[in-house]
Amino acid sequence: MFRNNYDNDASTWSPQGRIFQVEYASEAVKQGSAVVGLKSKEHVVLVAVKRSPNELASYQKKIVRIDDHMGIAMAGLTSDARVLSNYLRSEAMRSKMIYGRALPVGRAVNAIGDKAQTNTQEYGRRPYGVGLLVIGQDDTGPHLYEFSPSGIVSEYYAYSIGARSQSARTNLERNYEKFEDMSLQELVVHGLRALRDTLQQGKQLDTLNTSIGFVGKDTKMTILDGENTQAYLDLLDEGEAMETE
Amino acid sequence: MDPIEIRLPHTIQRPKATPNYGPRTHTTRPIVTGTSVIAFKYKDGIMMAADCLASYGSLARFRNEKRLMAVGETTLLGVSGDMSDFQHMQHTLESILTQEYDMDDGQKLGTKSVYKCISNIMYNRRTKVDPLWNSYVIGGLDNGEKILGYVDLYGTTYQSATIATGFGGHLAQPILRRRVEGREDELSEEEAVQILDECMRVLFYRDARSLNKLRRAKVTAQGVEISEPYMLETNWSFAESITGYGS
Repeated sequence: MFRNNYDNDASTWSPQGRIFQVEYASEAVKQGSAVVGLKSKEHVVLVAVKRSPNELASYQKKIVRIDDHMGIAMAGLTSDARVLSNYLRSEAMRSKMIYGRALPVGRAVNAIGDKAQTNTQEYGRRPYGVGLLVIGQDDTGPHLYEFSPSGIVSEYYAYSIGARSQSARTNLERNYEKFEDMSLQELVVHGLRALRDTLQQGKQLDTLNTSIGFVGKDTKMTILDGENTQAYLDLLDEGEAMETE
Repeated sequence: MDPIEIRLPHTIQRPKATPNYGPRTHTTRPIVTGTSVIAFKYKDGIMMAADCLASYGSLARFRNEKRLMAVGETTLLGVSGDMSDFQHMQHTLESILTQEYDMDDGQKLGTKSVYKCISNIMYNRRTKVDPLWNSYVIGGLDNGEKILGYVDLYGTTYQSATIATGFGGHLAQPILRRRVEGREDELSEEEAVQILDECMRVLFYRDARSLNKLRRAKVTAQGVEISEPYMLETNWSFAESITGYGS
Protein backbone atom coordinates (compact mmCIF):
# COMPACT_ATOMS: atom_id res chain seq x y z
CA MET A 1 0.00 0.00 0.00
CA PHE A 2 2.46 2.61 1.17
CA ARG A 3 5.59 0.82 0.11
CA ASN A 4 8.64 3.02 -0.36
CA ASN A 5 9.36 3.02 -4.10
CA TYR A 6 12.69 4.80 -3.87
CA ASP A 7 14.73 2.39 -1.80
CA ASN A 8 15.24 -0.46 -4.24
CA ASP A 9 18.79 0.46 -5.08
CA ALA A 10 21.45 2.99 -4.26
CA SER A 11 21.26 4.71 -7.63
CA THR A 12 17.67 5.96 -7.24
CA TRP A 13 16.88 9.32 -5.63
CA SER A 14 13.73 9.94 -3.67
CA PRO A 15 11.76 13.07 -4.65
CA GLN A 16 12.87 14.58 -1.33
CA GLY A 17 16.49 14.28 -2.44
CA ARG A 18 17.44 11.28 -0.36
CA ILE A 19 19.12 7.99 -1.21
CA PHE A 20 17.44 5.47 1.06
CA GLN A 21 19.90 2.63 0.50
CA VAL A 22 22.68 4.82 1.85
CA GLU A 23 20.58 5.78 4.85
CA TYR A 24 19.78 2.12 5.56
CA ALA A 25 23.49 1.30 5.38
CA SER A 26 24.18 4.03 7.91
CA GLU A 27 21.56 2.43 10.14
CA ALA A 28 23.46 -0.86 9.94
CA VAL A 29 26.42 0.91 11.52
CA LYS A 30 24.23 1.90 14.46
CA GLN A 31 23.26 -1.76 15.00
CA GLY A 32 26.86 -2.79 15.66
CA SER A 33 28.34 -2.56 19.13
CA ALA A 34 30.10 0.70 19.91
CA VAL A 35 33.71 1.62 19.30
CA VAL A 36 35.49 4.70 20.63
CA GLY A 37 38.60 6.39 19.27
CA LEU A 38 40.61 9.24 20.75
CA LYS A 39 44.06 10.74 20.38
CA SER A 40 46.72 12.76 22.14
CA LYS A 41 49.77 14.50 20.69
CA GLU A 42 51.70 11.23 20.66
CA HIS A 43 49.22 8.36 20.59
CA VAL A 44 45.89 7.35 19.20
CA VAL A 45 43.67 4.73 20.81
CA LEU A 46 40.69 2.55 19.91
CA VAL A 47 38.50 0.78 22.44
CA ALA A 48 35.60 -1.46 21.51
CA VAL A 49 33.04 -3.65 23.16
CA LYS A 50 32.71 -7.07 21.55
CA ARG A 51 29.49 -9.06 21.27
CA SER A 52 28.90 -12.77 21.11
CA PRO A 53 25.76 -14.08 19.38
CA ASN A 54 25.08 -16.57 22.21
CA GLU A 55 26.65 -18.00 25.32
CA LEU A 56 28.35 -20.85 23.46
CA ALA A 57 29.92 -18.62 20.81
CA SER A 58 33.15 -16.65 20.93
CA TYR A 59 33.21 -12.84 20.85
CA GLN A 60 33.29 -11.16 17.44
CA LYS A 61 36.58 -9.42 16.69
CA LYS A 62 36.25 -5.61 16.54
CA ILE A 63 39.78 -4.26 16.05
CA VAL A 64 42.04 -5.30 13.19
CA ARG A 65 45.69 -4.51 12.60
CA ILE A 66 46.38 -3.16 9.09
CA ASP A 67 50.10 -2.55 9.42
CA ASP A 68 52.65 -1.60 12.08
CA HIS A 69 51.39 1.97 11.90
CA MET A 70 47.67 1.52 11.30
CA GLY A 71 44.59 -0.25 12.64
CA ILE A 72 40.80 -0.16 12.34
CA ALA A 73 37.80 -0.76 14.54
CA MET A 74 34.47 -1.69 12.99
CA ALA A 75 30.77 -1.30 13.72
CA GLY A 76 28.17 -2.91 11.49
CA LEU A 77 28.53 -5.75 8.99
CA THR A 78 31.75 -7.45 9.99
CA SER A 79 32.03 -9.24 6.66
CA ASP A 80 32.14 -5.92 4.80
CA ALA A 81 34.85 -4.74 7.17
CA ARG A 82 36.87 -7.81 6.24
CA VAL A 83 36.79 -6.81 2.58
CA LEU A 84 37.88 -3.28 3.44
CA SER A 85 40.64 -4.39 5.79
CA ASN A 86 42.01 -6.81 3.19
CA TYR A 87 42.12 -3.91 0.74
CA LEU A 88 43.82 -1.62 3.25
CA ARG A 89 46.38 -4.30 4.08
CA SER A 90 47.33 -4.77 0.45
CA GLU A 91 47.54 -1.00 -0.10
CA ALA A 92 49.76 -0.67 2.97
CA MET A 93 51.98 -3.45 1.67
CA ARG A 94 52.15 -1.88 -1.78
CA SER A 95 53.29 1.41 -0.31
CA LYS A 96 56.00 -0.38 1.66
CA MET A 97 57.19 -2.37 -1.33
CA ILE A 98 57.31 0.45 -3.87
CA TYR A 99 58.28 3.46 -1.80
CA GLY A 100 59.58 1.90 1.42
CA ARG A 101 57.19 4.17 3.22
CA ALA A 102 54.31 3.57 5.60
CA LEU A 103 51.03 4.36 3.80
CA PRO A 104 49.85 7.82 4.91
CA VAL A 105 46.68 7.29 6.98
CA GLY A 106 44.61 9.97 5.26
CA ARG A 107 45.28 8.48 1.85
CA ALA A 108 44.34 5.02 3.07
CA VAL A 109 40.99 6.18 4.42
CA ASN A 110 40.23 8.29 1.37
CA ALA A 111 40.97 5.25 -0.81
CA ILE A 112 38.26 3.18 0.90
CA GLY A 113 36.04 6.28 1.01
CA ASP A 114 36.22 6.41 -2.80
CA LYS A 115 35.37 2.71 -3.01
CA ALA A 116 32.34 3.25 -0.79
CA GLN A 117 31.20 6.24 -2.82
CA THR A 118 31.43 4.26 -6.07
CA ASN A 119 29.07 1.71 -4.53
CA THR A 120 26.48 4.43 -4.02
CA GLN A 121 26.63 5.64 -7.60
CA GLU A 122 26.78 2.56 -9.82
CA TYR A 123 23.75 0.45 -10.64
CA GLY A 124 23.75 -3.10 -9.32
CA ARG A 125 25.93 -2.39 -6.30
CA ARG A 126 25.15 -1.88 -2.64
CA PRO A 127 26.78 0.36 -0.05
CA TYR A 128 29.07 -1.17 2.55
CA GLY A 129 27.13 -1.87 5.74
CA VAL A 130 29.96 -0.98 8.03
CA GLY A 131 31.47 2.08 9.65
CA LEU A 132 35.11 2.20 10.63
CA LEU A 133 37.29 4.17 12.96
CA VAL A 134 40.78 4.18 11.47
CA ILE A 135 43.79 5.06 13.59
CA GLY A 136 47.34 5.46 12.43
CA GLN A 137 50.65 7.20 12.74
CA ASP A 138 52.47 8.82 9.81
CA ASP A 139 54.91 11.65 9.08
CA THR A 140 52.28 14.19 10.11
CA GLY A 141 51.58 12.58 13.51
CA PRO A 142 48.82 10.41 14.96
CA HIS A 143 45.42 10.41 13.23
CA LEU A 144 41.87 9.29 13.91
CA TYR A 145 39.46 9.01 10.98
CA GLU A 146 35.88 7.91 10.60
CA PHE A 147 34.83 6.03 7.49
CA SER A 148 31.11 5.68 6.78
CA PRO A 149 29.10 3.75 4.14
CA SER A 150 28.14 6.99 2.37
CA GLY A 151 31.78 7.49 1.45
CA ILE A 152 32.17 10.42 3.83
CA VAL A 153 35.53 10.45 5.57
CA SER A 154 36.22 12.82 8.46
CA GLU A 155 39.09 13.34 10.86
CA TYR A 156 38.53 13.71 14.62
CA TYR A 157 40.23 14.37 17.93
CA ALA A 158 37.88 11.82 19.45
CA TYR A 159 34.85 10.02 18.11
CA SER A 160 32.56 7.07 18.57
CA ILE A 161 30.33 5.01 16.27
CA GLY A 162 27.97 2.08 16.82
CA ALA A 163 25.05 1.31 19.11
CA ARG A 164 24.28 4.01 21.69
CA SER A 165 27.46 5.80 20.65
CA GLN A 166 25.83 9.20 21.29
CA SER A 167 26.46 8.69 25.03
CA ALA A 168 30.15 8.13 24.36
CA ARG A 169 30.31 11.19 22.10
CA THR A 170 28.74 13.32 24.82
CA ASN A 171 31.43 12.14 27.21
CA LEU A 172 34.16 12.84 24.63
CA GLU A 173 32.82 16.30 23.81
CA ARG A 174 33.06 17.19 27.51
CA ASN A 175 36.66 15.95 27.83
CA TYR A 176 38.45 16.11 24.47
CA GLU A 177 40.45 19.23 25.30
CA LYS A 178 42.25 17.31 28.03
CA PHE A 179 43.26 14.46 25.72
CA GLU A 180 46.03 16.33 23.90
CA ASP A 181 48.59 16.05 26.72
CA MET A 182 47.53 12.66 28.09
CA SER A 183 49.73 9.60 28.39
CA LEU A 184 48.81 6.46 26.50
CA GLN A 185 47.49 4.85 29.68
CA GLU A 186 45.27 7.80 30.59
CA LEU A 187 43.99 7.88 27.04
CA VAL A 188 42.98 4.21 27.15
CA VAL A 189 41.24 4.63 30.49
CA HIS A 190 39.36 7.67 29.21
CA GLY A 191 38.36 5.73 26.12
CA LEU A 192 37.01 2.89 28.28
CA ARG A 193 35.09 5.38 30.38
CA ALA A 194 33.38 6.77 27.27
CA LEU A 195 32.82 3.25 25.96
CA ARG A 196 31.16 2.20 29.23
CA ASP A 197 28.55 4.90 28.70
CA THR A 198 27.30 3.04 25.64
CA LEU A 199 26.54 -0.19 27.53
CA GLN A 200 23.01 -1.33 28.24
CA GLN A 201 21.70 -1.32 31.79
CA GLY A 202 23.24 -4.16 33.76
CA LYS A 203 26.12 -4.77 31.32
CA GLN A 204 29.76 -4.41 32.36
CA LEU A 205 33.10 -4.07 30.61
CA ASP A 206 35.13 -7.21 31.33
CA THR A 207 38.11 -9.06 29.93
CA LEU A 208 35.87 -11.06 27.60
CA ASN A 209 34.10 -8.23 25.84
CA THR A 210 36.72 -5.45 25.88
CA SER A 211 39.17 -4.84 23.07
CA ILE A 212 41.89 -2.17 23.10
CA GLY A 213 44.09 -0.99 20.23
CA PHE A 214 46.69 1.75 20.08
CA VAL A 215 49.55 3.13 18.00
CA GLY A 216 51.99 6.01 18.35
CA LYS A 217 55.28 7.44 17.13
CA ASP A 218 57.41 4.86 18.96
CA THR A 219 54.61 2.35 19.55
CA LYS A 220 53.69 -0.15 16.88
CA MET A 221 50.03 -0.95 16.33
CA THR A 222 49.04 -3.14 19.27
CA ILE A 223 45.77 -4.91 20.03
CA LEU A 224 44.93 -6.07 23.53
CA ASP A 225 42.23 -8.64 24.23
CA GLY A 226 41.22 -10.95 27.04
CA GLU A 227 43.45 -11.02 30.13
CA ASN A 228 45.67 -8.26 28.71
CA THR A 229 42.87 -5.74 29.16
CA GLN A 230 42.55 -6.48 32.89
CA ALA A 231 45.19 -3.91 33.91
CA TYR A 232 43.28 -1.13 32.15
CA LEU A 233 39.90 -2.26 33.50
CA ASP A 234 41.41 -2.15 36.99
CA LEU A 235 42.58 1.40 36.38
CA LEU A 236 39.08 2.28 35.27
CA ASP A 237 37.64 1.01 38.57
CA GLU A 238 40.41 2.71 40.54
CA GLY A 239 39.59 6.07 38.99
CA GLU A 240 35.96 5.46 39.85
CA ALA A 241 36.80 4.77 43.50
CA MET A 242 38.82 7.99 43.68
CA GLU A 243 36.00 10.07 42.22
CA THR A 244 33.45 8.82 44.75
CA GLU A 245 35.78 9.38 47.73
CA MET B 1 93.72 -35.38 -44.06
CA ASP B 2 91.29 -32.79 -45.25
CA PRO B 3 89.14 -31.06 -42.62
CA ILE B 4 85.53 -32.14 -42.67
CA GLU B 5 83.42 -29.63 -44.46
CA ILE B 6 79.85 -29.11 -43.34
CA ARG B 7 77.55 -27.50 -45.83
CA LEU B 8 74.13 -26.24 -44.87
CA PRO B 9 71.29 -26.80 -47.30
CA HIS B 10 70.54 -23.59 -49.13
CA THR B 11 67.02 -23.54 -47.66
CA ILE B 12 68.27 -23.13 -44.07
CA GLN B 13 68.87 -19.53 -43.19
CA ARG B 14 70.03 -17.98 -39.97
CA PRO B 15 67.16 -16.15 -38.23
CA LYS B 16 67.76 -12.45 -38.48
CA ALA B 17 66.30 -9.56 -36.50
CA THR B 18 64.76 -6.94 -38.74
CA PRO B 19 62.25 -4.22 -37.88
CA ASN B 20 59.38 -6.54 -38.94
CA TYR B 21 60.82 -9.88 -37.92
CA GLY B 22 62.48 -11.38 -34.89
CA PRO B 23 63.17 -10.03 -31.44
CA ARG B 24 63.12 -6.34 -30.65
CA THR B 25 66.70 -5.14 -30.68
CA HIS B 26 66.58 -1.36 -30.62
CA THR B 27 66.70 -1.23 -26.83
CA THR B 28 69.63 -3.61 -26.48
CA ARG B 29 72.35 -0.97 -26.58
CA PRO B 30 72.71 2.63 -25.51
CA ILE B 31 72.78 5.23 -28.33
CA VAL B 32 73.20 8.75 -26.99
CA THR B 33 75.11 8.50 -23.73
CA GLY B 34 76.28 10.59 -20.82
CA THR B 35 79.50 9.73 -19.00
CA SER B 36 80.45 9.75 -15.29
CA VAL B 37 78.54 11.18 -12.37
CA ILE B 38 80.37 11.72 -9.11
CA ALA B 39 78.81 12.39 -5.73
CA PHE B 40 79.70 12.33 -2.07
CA LYS B 41 78.50 13.34 1.37
CA TYR B 42 79.88 16.44 3.05
CA LYS B 43 79.12 18.43 6.17
CA ASP B 44 75.91 20.12 5.00
CA GLY B 45 74.54 17.34 2.77
CA ILE B 46 75.34 15.89 -0.64
CA MET B 47 77.49 17.19 -3.52
CA MET B 48 77.19 15.90 -7.05
CA ALA B 49 78.66 16.76 -10.44
CA ALA B 50 78.25 15.72 -14.06
CA ASP B 51 79.33 17.29 -17.34
CA CYS B 52 76.98 18.63 -20.02
CA LEU B 53 77.84 16.20 -22.79
CA ALA B 54 75.61 13.61 -24.43
CA SER B 55 77.77 11.62 -26.86
CA TYR B 56 76.57 9.82 -29.98
CA GLY B 57 79.10 7.01 -29.96
CA SER B 58 82.44 8.82 -29.88
CA LEU B 59 80.93 11.98 -31.39
CA ALA B 60 80.42 14.84 -28.93
CA ARG B 61 76.89 15.33 -30.29
CA PHE B 62 74.91 17.32 -27.66
CA ARG B 63 77.03 19.65 -25.59
CA ASN B 64 74.45 21.36 -23.42
CA GLU B 65 72.52 18.54 -21.73
CA LYS B 66 71.39 18.53 -18.12
CA ARG B 67 72.28 15.26 -16.41
CA LEU B 68 71.42 16.35 -12.88
CA MET B 69 67.84 16.86 -11.80
CA ALA B 70 65.89 17.57 -8.64
CA VAL B 71 63.24 15.03 -7.62
CA GLY B 72 60.92 16.81 -5.23
CA GLU B 73 62.37 19.23 -2.72
CA THR B 74 65.15 17.26 -1.06
CA THR B 75 66.42 14.79 -3.63
CA LEU B 76 69.00 15.04 -6.35
CA LEU B 77 69.31 12.60 -9.23
CA GLY B 78 72.40 12.20 -11.43
CA VAL B 79 72.47 10.00 -14.51
CA SER B 80 74.97 8.35 -16.79
CA GLY B 81 74.20 6.06 -19.71
CA ASP B 82 71.46 6.32 -22.31
CA MET B 83 69.89 9.75 -22.41
CA SER B 84 66.57 8.68 -23.92
CA ASP B 85 66.11 6.13 -21.14
CA PHE B 86 66.84 8.97 -18.74
CA GLN B 87 64.11 11.05 -20.39
CA HIS B 88 61.75 8.11 -19.88
CA MET B 89 62.71 8.04 -16.20
CA GLN B 90 62.17 11.80 -15.98
CA HIS B 91 58.64 11.45 -17.30
CA THR B 92 57.89 8.61 -14.90
CA LEU B 93 59.18 10.58 -11.92
CA GLU B 94 57.34 13.72 -12.98
CA SER B 95 54.04 11.85 -13.12
CA ILE B 96 54.67 10.32 -9.68
CA LEU B 97 55.47 13.78 -8.27
CA THR B 98 52.34 15.20 -9.88
CA GLN B 99 50.24 12.50 -8.22
CA GLU B 100 51.87 13.30 -4.88
CA TYR B 101 51.20 17.02 -5.37
CA ASP B 102 47.56 16.32 -6.22
CA MET B 103 47.13 14.43 -2.95
CA ASP B 104 47.64 17.81 -1.30
CA ASP B 105 48.05 16.34 2.18
CA GLY B 106 51.44 17.71 3.14
CA GLN B 107 53.15 14.32 2.83
CA LYS B 108 56.46 14.57 0.99
CA LEU B 109 58.20 11.86 -1.00
CA GLY B 110 61.55 11.60 0.81
CA THR B 111 64.92 10.62 -0.63
CA LYS B 112 64.65 7.04 0.67
CA SER B 113 61.30 6.64 -1.07
CA VAL B 114 62.59 8.09 -4.34
CA TYR B 115 65.63 5.80 -4.16
CA LYS B 116 63.50 2.73 -3.51
CA CYS B 117 61.10 3.68 -6.29
CA ILE B 118 63.84 4.19 -8.89
CA SER B 119 65.53 0.94 -7.78
CA ASN B 120 62.25 -0.90 -8.27
CA ILE B 121 61.78 0.60 -11.74
CA MET B 122 65.32 -0.42 -12.74
CA TYR B 123 65.02 -3.97 -11.38
CA ASN B 124 61.59 -4.36 -12.95
CA ARG B 125 62.95 -3.43 -16.37
CA ARG B 126 65.97 -5.71 -16.13
CA THR B 127 63.56 -8.52 -15.18
CA LYS B 128 61.75 -7.90 -18.48
CA VAL B 129 65.19 -8.15 -20.16
CA ASP B 130 64.57 -4.61 -21.40
CA PRO B 131 66.68 -2.57 -19.03
CA LEU B 132 66.92 1.18 -18.82
CA TRP B 133 70.57 1.57 -19.82
CA ASN B 134 71.59 3.89 -17.00
CA SER B 135 73.47 4.22 -13.77
CA TYR B 136 71.69 6.52 -11.36
CA VAL B 137 73.05 8.32 -8.35
CA ILE B 138 70.39 9.45 -5.88
CA GLY B 139 71.34 11.81 -3.08
CA GLY B 140 69.46 13.88 -0.56
CA LEU B 141 68.43 14.59 2.96
CA ASP B 142 65.66 12.45 4.45
CA ASN B 143 64.51 13.93 7.76
CA GLY B 144 67.99 15.39 8.22
CA GLU B 145 69.72 12.10 7.40
CA LYS B 146 72.19 12.12 4.49
CA ILE B 147 71.30 9.50 1.89
CA LEU B 148 73.49 8.66 -1.09
CA GLY B 149 72.71 5.63 -3.21
CA TYR B 150 73.43 4.03 -6.56
CA VAL B 151 71.35 1.90 -8.88
CA ASP B 152 72.20 0.59 -12.34
CA LEU B 153 70.66 -1.21 -15.29
CA TYR B 154 70.88 -4.60 -13.50
CA GLY B 155 68.96 -3.22 -10.55
CA THR B 156 72.09 -3.47 -8.43
CA THR B 157 71.97 -1.03 -5.52
CA TYR B 158 74.35 0.14 -2.82
CA GLN B 159 74.71 3.12 -0.54
CA SER B 160 78.02 4.75 0.23
CA ALA B 161 79.61 8.02 1.35
CA THR B 162 81.20 8.38 -2.09
CA ILE B 163 79.81 7.23 -5.43
CA ALA B 164 81.18 7.51 -8.95
CA THR B 165 79.62 5.98 -12.07
CA GLY B 166 81.19 4.90 -15.35
CA PHE B 167 84.77 6.03 -15.95
CA GLY B 168 84.57 7.94 -12.68
CA GLY B 169 84.48 4.58 -10.91
CA HIS B 170 88.05 4.03 -12.07
CA LEU B 171 89.45 7.56 -12.00
CA ALA B 172 87.47 9.57 -9.42
CA GLN B 173 86.56 6.94 -6.84
CA PRO B 174 90.16 6.50 -5.56
CA ILE B 175 90.44 10.26 -5.09
CA LEU B 176 87.10 10.39 -3.26
CA ARG B 177 88.11 7.44 -1.05
CA ARG B 178 91.28 9.25 -0.07
CA ARG B 179 89.79 12.69 0.47
CA VAL B 180 86.22 12.12 1.64
CA GLU B 181 85.75 8.78 3.37
CA GLY B 182 85.65 9.10 7.15
CA ARG B 183 85.37 12.90 6.88
CA GLU B 184 81.76 13.15 5.61
CA ASP B 185 80.65 15.15 8.62
CA GLU B 186 83.53 17.66 8.69
CA LEU B 187 84.13 18.51 5.02
CA SER B 188 83.33 22.17 4.40
CA GLU B 189 81.48 23.27 1.29
CA GLU B 190 84.63 25.00 -0.07
CA GLU B 191 86.69 21.83 0.29
CA ALA B 192 83.88 19.73 -1.15
CA VAL B 193 83.75 21.95 -4.25
CA GLN B 194 87.53 21.70 -4.55
CA ILE B 195 87.42 17.89 -4.40
CA LEU B 196 84.59 17.79 -6.92
CA ASP B 197 86.52 20.01 -9.35
CA GLU B 198 89.68 17.98 -8.93
CA CYS B 199 87.81 14.77 -9.79
CA MET B 200 86.08 16.33 -12.78
CA ARG B 201 89.39 17.76 -14.03
CA VAL B 202 91.07 14.32 -13.88
CA LEU B 203 88.07 12.89 -15.72
CA PHE B 204 88.26 15.55 -18.39
CA TYR B 205 91.96 14.88 -18.92
CA ARG B 206 91.56 11.13 -19.30
CA ASP B 207 87.96 10.32 -20.29
CA ALA B 208 87.56 10.84 -24.04
CA ARG B 209 83.74 11.01 -23.71
CA SER B 210 83.81 13.92 -21.28
CA LEU B 211 83.50 17.68 -21.68
CA ASN B 212 85.06 20.67 -19.97
CA LYS B 213 81.64 22.12 -19.26
CA LEU B 214 79.89 20.80 -16.21
CA ARG B 215 77.30 21.39 -13.55
CA ARG B 216 77.65 21.01 -9.84
CA ALA B 217 74.74 20.41 -7.49
CA LYS B 218 74.16 20.15 -3.80
CA VAL B 219 71.40 19.16 -1.42
CA THR B 220 71.39 20.90 1.94
CA ALA B 221 68.77 21.70 4.54
CA GLN B 222 67.89 24.65 2.25
CA GLY B 223 66.93 22.26 -0.56
CA VAL B 224 68.37 21.33 -3.94
CA GLU B 225 70.62 23.70 -5.85
CA ILE B 226 71.95 22.93 -9.34
CA SER B 227 74.58 25.33 -10.69
CA GLU B 228 74.77 26.86 -14.14
CA PRO B 229 77.35 25.24 -16.44
CA TYR B 230 80.95 26.29 -15.78
CA MET B 231 84.42 25.47 -17.12
CA LEU B 232 87.51 24.12 -15.36
CA GLU B 233 91.04 25.47 -15.82
CA THR B 234 93.22 22.94 -17.64
CA ASN B 235 96.83 22.95 -18.72
CA TRP B 236 97.76 21.01 -21.85
CA SER B 237 101.37 22.22 -22.20
CA PHE B 238 102.64 18.73 -21.42
CA ALA B 239 100.96 17.55 -24.59
CA GLU B 240 103.71 18.98 -26.80
CA SER B 241 106.23 16.48 -25.50
CA ILE B 242 104.01 13.52 -26.25
CA THR B 243 104.59 11.80 -29.55
CA GLY B 244 103.00 8.61 -30.82
CA TYR B 245 100.94 6.63 -28.36
CA GLY B 246 103.06 7.36 -25.31
CA SER B 247 104.86 4.69 -23.23
